[in-house]
Amino acid sequence: MDILRFATAGSVDDGKSTLIGRLLFDSKAIFEDQLEAVERTSRDRGTEYTDLSLLTDGLRAEREQGITIDVAYRYFATPRRKFIIADTPGHIQYTRNMVTGASTADLAIVLIDARKGVLEQSRRHAFLTTLLRVPHLVLAVNKMDLVDYSQERFEEIREEFTAFAAKLNAPDLTFIPISALHGDNVVSRSENMPWYNGSSLLHHLENVHIASDRNLVDVRFPVQYVIRPQRATDPALHDYRGYAGQVAGGVLKPGDEVVHLPSGLSTRIASIDTFDGPVQEAFAPMSVTLRLEDDIDISRGDMICRPNNQPQVTQELEAMVCWMADATKLAPRAKLTIKHTTRTARVLVKDLHYRLDVNTLHRDEEAGSLGLNEIGRVSLRVTQPLFVDDYARNRLTGGFILVDEATNNTVGAGMITDAR
Amino acid sequence: MLQCDYTTSQLDVLEAESIHIMREVAAEFERPCLLFSGGKDSIVMLRIAEKAFWPAPIPFPLLHVDTGHNFPEVIEFRDRRADELGARLIVASVQESIDAGRVTEETGRRASRNRLQTTTLLDAIEDGEFDAVFGGARRDEEKARAKERVFSFRDEFGQWDPKNQRPELWNLYNAKIRKGEHIRVFPLSNWTELDIWDYIRREGIEIPSIYYAHTRKVFERDGMLLSESEFVTRDEDEQVFEAVVRYRTVGDVTCTGAVQSAAATVEEIIAEIAATRITERGATRADDRASEASMEDRKREGYF
Repeated sequence: MDILRFATAGSVDDGKSTLIGRLLFDSKAIFEDQLEAVERTSRDRGTEYTDLSLLTDGLRAEREQGITIDVAYRYFATPRRKFIIADTPGHIQYTRNMVTGASTADLAIVLIDARKGVLEQSRRHAFLTTLLRVPHLVLAVNKMDLVDYSQERFEEIREEFTAFAAKLNAPDLTFIPISALHGDNVVSRSENMPWYNGSSLLHHLENVHIASDRNLVDVRFPVQYVIRPQRATDPALHDYRGYAGQVAGGVLKPGDEVVHLPSGLSTRIASIDTFDGPVQEAFAPMSVTLRLEDDIDISRGDMICRPNNQPQVTQELEAMVCWMADATKLAPRAKLTIKHTTRTARVLVKDLHYRLDVNTLHRDEEAGSLGLNEIGRVSLRVTQPLFVDDYARNRLTGGFILVDEATNNTVGAGMITDAR
Repeated sequence: MLQCDYTTSQLDVLEAESIHIMREVAAEFERPCLLFSGGKDSIVMLRIAEKAFWPAPIPFPLLHVDTGHNFPEVIEFRDRRADELGARLIVASVQESIDAGRVTEETGRRASRNRLQTTTLLDAIEDGEFDAVFGGARRDEEKARAKERVFSFRDEFGQWDPKNQRPELWNLYNAKIRKGEHIRVFPLSNWTELDIWDYIRREGIEIPSIYYAHTRKVFERDGMLLSESEFVTRDEDEQVFEAVVRYRTVGDVTCTGAVQSAAATVEEIIAEIAATRITERGATRADDRASEASMEDRKREGYF
C-alpha cells in the first residue's frame, strides 16, 4: 500500500465538503462519535441537513463564522492506498492556502458546479495547481443531478476547460461527472450516467500511477545532518562519519561515483546506512545516511550529486513567488531569509518583473510590489551559492520559502524558473 | 536500468518523513527535548528518534510531565525504556507544581490534573531552556489538531494562535524563533491510529501491558469505564466491577477510559481498530468531552 496526497479546491457551494464527507464516510473514515457531534451541531444551528463541512472546520472561529480558515489535513484508507487530503478553503486567503496544500500534493481535485460551468474561480484553482506542478489534475464536474445527468452539459464544460488548460501546460487531466450529494461516480460508477465510460473518482484515486512522478534521474542528496557518534564505548564507531538526509532525486547505490558541492570534489559511496541495516539503493523519499570513501569536509546545506548531472550552483535566482504576509509587501530592495533544501541564507530582492493576475493570467509589468496572496516573477540575489534545479524538474530542489527577518514569519513561497 | 517501479509502502514513507523532521530539529535548534509519556505514540516517536540518529545516541533528553496519577505499568515502562536507550529522562511533576503553589488542585468528583499539566509543562520548558519540544500528537486525533503545523510556533507564554500559523510548504520547516519562544514539533502529524499499530507490529515494538486485554476493577461513568483508583472519588451509585478491558490511549488514571476488549495481541488490536466506529479520543478521553472546542482551548494555553 502506498500513499496518495491530494488537495481539494473549491468552495462549500461547489459541494467540496459534501464530496470529502462522502469519501470519508464511504471509506469508513468518519466515526460515529464524529458524525453524532456534527449532527448535534447542525441541529443546534437549525440546519436541516447534516452539515459535513463541520467535520473539517475544526477551529472555534471557523464554526462560529461558518467559514474555513486554514488548510485541514484529513486521512482515509482503502485496501489499495492510504490517502492524505489537504482540504483548502474556498474563500479567505485562498491563494496562500491552496499553494500550501498543493506543494506536497500528487493530485488535485478541482470542483466545478455543472450548472455554473467554468468560473473565474475554477480557472484560478487550475492555474495554481499547475504553478505548483501538481502532477495530476481531476476536474470533478459536480451536481450532475441538477442538470439531469446531461452528457451534453458535461461535454460543454470539458471542452471549455480543455481549451483553457492548453494555455497552462496542464499535467495529466481527467474529467469525472459526479453528484457528491447522491454519490454518483464517487465510489462506484453511476447508473444515472451510462454514457460515461471512465472510472469513478475513488477508483481513479486508487489507481492513478504516481511512482513515476518522482524524479528518479537526477541524483540530489541535500546533506541534512552529520552523524558522528561520540560514544567512546564502541571503538568501531570511533571514526564513523555519516551524512544524513532525505533523497530529493535520483537513485543512489553503494560504489557510485559522486560529487560534493560546493567543493566539487569527487568520491564514491562506501555504504548507504539505516538503523535497519545497509541498503543497496536509495531514492526519494527515503531518509538514509551516506558514508563516503574519502574524507571530505561536508556539512549541513551541502549537496551530493553525480559527476555528469549536477544542479546549477548559483547566487542569482529567477523565480515565481507567492507572497503570504498581510503586514508587509514584497518589493525590490527587500532583504529576507531564504530556506532552500537544507541550506539557509539571506536574500536580496533585486527586481520584480511582473505581477500575475491569477484569474486572467495577465502580466502587470507596472506593479511595484506584491501584497498578500499575490504572485509575481522576481530576481533574487543570495548571499551564498544554492544548488538549484528548475522547479518543473524537481519540486524539492526547485522550491524555497522566504522568512521575514523581523517577525520570523514565513512570508513567501518560491518556485525557481530558468535554472540551467 | 530502472526496472522496478520504486514504490514505497505507506509506513516507509511516513517513517522517512518523520526521520527528516527529527533531523531538521536536531540541526536547527540548540536545545530540543522529546515528550515521552510511555504512551504508544511517544513510544513510536522514540523509536524514530533512535533510527534518525543511529549509530549515534539520541541527541536530546526525554521529558515527562508526571501528574502523579499515572498507571504504574506505564511509569515502569517509561523508566526501563529510557534506561535501555541510555537517554536522559527529565520528570516534571505536577505534584511539585501544586506543592510550590504554582497551581491549585481541582476538587470534587471530577477533579483531574489534566489541565494543571500545562503549567508544569511550560515551567519545565522554561527551566530546561528548551527551544523545540517533540510531541506525539497526530492530526487524525482531533479536529483542532487537523489544522496544526508540523513545526507549531509557541510565543513566550507558550500559547498557540491557530489563526496566525506559519504557512508550511514542501518539506521546508521554518525554525526561526526569538529567545523565550519555542516550537512544538509533531513528527507523527500524518500518521493515523492504525498506522501507529501497523508500525508497532512491523517493528516488534514493546508497549505497556495495559494496551492489551487484562482483567481490571472498573466502574462506569458517562458511558466510559474508568479504573478504580485511589485518585478517583466515586459516587455511591458508581459500582466497581471486574471486566476484561484494554486501553486505546494512555493518559491520567482519572480521565482515561478503558474499552471492553479481548484483544491480547497486536494483530487482534489491529483487527479491532479496523472495525471500530468510534475515534480513540471519543471513546476514552473525558477531557475532550468537556466541550466541542476543549482541545483547542487547552492547546491555546500551551497544552500538549
